[in-house]
Amino acid sequence: MDFPFLSSLILLPLIGALFIFFSKSKSNTYLTIKYLALFVSFANFILSLYLWYLFDPSTAEFQFLEERSWIKSFINYKVGIDGISILFIILTAFITPLCIVSVNSTVKYRLKDFLVAILVMESLMIGVFCSLDLVIFYLFFEGGLIPMFLIIGIWGGERRVYSAFKFFLYTLLGSVLMLVAIISIYWFTGSTDITYLYDFGIDEKYQYLLWLAFFSSFAVKTPMWPVHTWLPDAHVEAPTAGSVLLAAILLKMAGYGFIRFSVGLFPVASEYFIPLIYILSLIAIIYTSLVALMQEDMKKLIAYSSVAHMGFVTLGIFTFTQQGLEGSIFQMISHGLVSAALFLSVGVIYERMHTRLIDNYGGLVSVMPKYSIVLMVFTLGAVGLPGTSGFIGEFLILIGAFKKSFLVAAIASIGVILSAAYMLWLYKRVVFGEIKKDEIKKMSDLNRAEIFILTVLVLPIIFFGFYPEPLLNTTEISIENLIEMYKTNINSNLVEK
Amino acid sequence: MEFEYLIIFLPLVGAIISGFFGKFLGSRNSEILTSLFVTISSIFSFLIFYKVFNDGYINNLDIFTWINSGSFNVNWSIKIDALSSVMLVVVTLVSSIVHIYSIGYMSHDPHKQRFMSYLSLFTFSMLMLVTSDNFLQLFFGWEGVGLCSYFLIGFWFKKESANAAAIKAFVVNRVGDFGFALGIFLIFYLFGTVNYAEVFELIPQSLDVNLTFLGLSFNAINLICILLFIGAMGKSAQIFLHTWLPDAMEGPTPVSALIHAATMVTAGVFLVVRCSPIYEYSPLALNIITIVGMSTAFFAATVALAQDDIKKIIAYSTCSQLGYMFFAAGVGAYNVAMFHLFTHAFFKALLFLGSGSVIHSFKDEQNINLMGGVWKKLPYSWILMVIGTLALTGFPFLSGFYSKDAIIEFAYLRGNTVGYFAAGIGVFTALLTSIYSWRLMFKTFHGNYNNKKLNISSLHESPMVMIIPLIILAIGAIFSGFLFKDLFIGIESSSNFWKNSIFFLEPLSQDHPPSWFIFLTPILVILSIPAAYYIFVKNIKITNEIVNGNLPLYNFLKNKWYFDELYDYLFVNPSKKIGLYFWKKIDLRFIDRFGPDGISNLIKNISLFAVKFQNGFIYHYAFIMLLGFSALLTFLILR
Repeated sequence: MDFPFLSSLILLPLIGALFIFFSKSKSNTYLTIKYLALFVSFANFILSLYLWYLFDPSTAEFQFLEERSWIKSFINYKVGIDGISILFIILTAFITPLCIVSVNSTVKYRLKDFLVAILVMESLMIGVFCSLDLVIFYLFFEGGLIPMFLIIGIWGGERRVYSAFKFFLYTLLGSVLMLVAIISIYWFTGSTDITYLYDFGIDEKYQYLLWLAFFSSFAVKTPMWPVHTWLPDAHVEAPTAGSVLLAAILLKMAGYGFIRFSVGLFPVASEYFIPLIYILSLIAIIYTSLVALMQEDMKKLIAYSSVAHMGFVTLGIFTFTQQGLEGSIFQMISHGLVSAALFLSVGVIYERMHTRLIDNYGGLVSVMPKYSIVLMVFTLGAVGLPGTSGFIGEFLILIGAFKKSFLVAAIASIGVILSAAYMLWLYKRVVFGEIKKDEIKKMSDLNRAEIFILTVLVLPIIFFGFYPEPLLNTTEISIENLIEMYKTNINSNLVEK
Repeated sequence: MEFEYLIIFLPLVGAIISGFFGKFLGSRNSEILTSLFVTISSIFSFLIFYKVFNDGYINNLDIFTWINSGSFNVNWSIKIDALSSVMLVVVTLVSSIVHIYSIGYMSHDPHKQRFMSYLSLFTFSMLMLVTSDNFLQLFFGWEGVGLCSYFLIGFWFKKESANAAAIKAFVVNRVGDFGFALGIFLIFYLFGTVNYAEVFELIPQSLDVNLTFLGLSFNAINLICILLFIGAMGKSAQIFLHTWLPDAMEGPTPVSALIHAATMVTAGVFLVVRCSPIYEYSPLALNIITIVGMSTAFFAATVALAQDDIKKIIAYSTCSQLGYMFFAAGVGAYNVAMFHLFTHAFFKALLFLGSGSVIHSFKDEQNINLMGGVWKKLPYSWILMVIGTLALTGFPFLSGFYSKDAIIEFAYLRGNTVGYFAAGIGVFTALLTSIYSWRLMFKTFHGNYNNKKLNISSLHESPMVMIIPLIILAIGAIFSGFLFKDLFIGIESSSNFWKNSIFFLEPLSQDHPPSWFIFLTPILVILSIPAAYYIFVKNIKITNEIVNGNLPLYNFLKNKWYFDELYDYLFVNPSKKIGLYFWKKIDLRFIDRFGPDGISNLIKNISLFAVKFQNGFIYHYAFIMLLGFSALLTFLILR
């Protein structure tokens, strides 16, 4: 048997976490465990890159398959990846070490537990993206909530308890329905194996309800309007590393879920619910952009902009076009980088001023020139300027949407105007202008660790803006295959009727 | 290595070096380096231009793949033909002059490296825009120049007004880009490609394609043309999307000369000319362009009459001249539009840089009411600006004379109602242009000295590093019309020079309008000089009487037709209000109240939970759950 790459990717952080948990921690060993966590997550990142190197983008088949029976003929541990999932794994493995580096200044107490939570989280997220069985997918998917819940609840700000519970309530509500749906799928088909279900399909008459059940879970996690209100609160209260994980990776589980499950398993229902998705996506894009415009808290502003950006993602997925789907995946990766970078950037000045209110800043460029440059790059990434990764995703999605409906693409494009307005206005109020407060004069520019983290994020945002081929190329064949499968299903369904 | 790479990438290299390593290099070295690189780029551009008109050289280089998704394929590319070679010359020449001029103008600024870096970056983006062989790279350059314009308008970041102007420029441009992007989507949707050559080839077969939108049927070609033109309106500050350009004068003056006069704002004209193979098949769109162009020409000229800020007057003048270029393109005389773009670059950059020299001498004073009587103190600036003004107003045998009069003539020769109307507006606007330009000159340089803060003896002429670039531009402003008129708009020009880069469905009319019409404009222009002198210098009372007698009209012009107020009322304030409403009322009051908080008992109990949370009970449970989960997982995978 080949080397179990995927299991290693899942297990490595877990083992690291267990190690750290049982290490006898005293304050002077903090550095050691941090380096251990960093080492583990970095090793995982290297491993994920090696996986990408070995990955064969010319086939849509699942690769690096592993299968073990847990409970005979009921639950199988089955993992594998294709062009749709591999990029998310790399993103997860890339963001986690950055979070651990940033932990330095943001987490003041219980560092050990924090590192454990982050590493477990990484492992669960990777598990989500490579599960090929509904039951273990569900376990990973919901398991991921626990560390996030802890991160917000323990290391959060003043209203952390409220936020943690709001987060939990919302996500739980969706999850329960998904669990019911998974059980019923097993009922109908006798299997929860995704490849099996892809091949044999699910009877059309069940698809609608099942789709809605999955949708309720994914819509909350995306988050789509109107179940988005947990996100701003969660972000505001979460510590920086938590916000980063939440925005960069956790939200992507839902987008991935839509592609892999909603479209893959329930094509007929997906087609049927297109109008619902389009309307909610457009509301997300326009409505939350307008709300973002008026935010006074930086993290809330970025959180609302995330909702708008994810609106593009859901729109792109349900265009069922090559450009729309590739664009959605690209947009998710890009948003993963940009939003992570933006939250880290907010973290940097929060550390110095202990406030997130935009009005308390102004004139930073005079004291923090380096910071101003990198923040500009991230802002432009969020605005979707050509030459940043943000552009490619949005543009491909809009091209895909245009094929479906001129009106939808036109309305979504208004979001592009609004994003420029709220991001540049934010940048102006924070960075430009006269220095209004004496505290700001004392602020120091980026230190080495911060320069490192932020530069590491600047590079891919610009590189993939000019040369997105490595990402697009990876996803191309799998997406083609998915669309092919989708169309066959729709057509055969029409013929039956 | 081909020239093309050097032309385009030298400015980028300069921008990067000056931007990131400016501190190590020092300000003087950065200035010299960036100026040198752009100058080299400009020399090579002239070489290319020479090769194009002498040997009919064309080239299309693919650099590497940009986006490849399904059937959507785009490359980074460099396309050289007559059209792009003209733009190369204009962009790199004005840019190198502005680089050198800035060494003097910005000598007291602490952020010289950053400034030079932005200028070079702008040049690079503009070159990417003009040498693209497809709509997407064009869009890249388009947004790139918009970004640099944003940086440069807001260059003095401490000024609140400069920051606001920068954002306004970017956002208003995005409104235009919204149309532009939809145009690109539509092109891809119809033709499956965004490459110029491939699209243009498919146009003649697609004339009858109709699209249904909101129950109405539209001709696809018309729709494409109009959408692209909306983008052009944003970038070239045409009426309704012009509001950002006057505000953009908050930036340093060299920026206004380079970006907001000679190059970036002409990108819209370039777009329309580049797409002549599409526009030629859409008479509707051409008529719209003509109407928008002439409205802008007229509107901006009237506003310029009543402004007091020297740079704003020139900004409105730019707006107005861009209107001329558009209506030239609208009547199908694309080559004439390009010709005016070419000559305008010289005299408008000259006027801006000249006014910069005056502002510099007056220690950053921009109000022309606080100047006057200084022509002997600032002789070079004065004579250079006189040349610029003569060229702008179309004084016989200077550059503007050849290009502007050609526009009016071709409008007349178009032979339809819109054409005659445009020609009439063109003549009238030429008169207005002359009046506001001489008003500016006389109030700035003649009459009494009106500045109480500065003593007249403290004024000094600008240094040579600023004057010499102006002289080069002045030479261009005098001779470029006469020297290049045959090449650009001569009878044989389309077959000799433009070749395939501009497409004419029917050859341009070679008739001449009646001779009274030909002489009308120059005579009006010449006569307006003494008239303006009389009104604005000799007998100032008349000005005041005119103003007081028509106060509502004066206020209307002074307030720029109230466009800003209207847009605040229609768009800006409602957006903010709606955003606030969505947030406070719908998100918080409605969704949260009936959603998560609606399970209110539970939430109320949170306070109870919270105590335990802090005690660590819940936390312990959850953590142990997590750990158990992990252990189980480990066990199961390893089993």
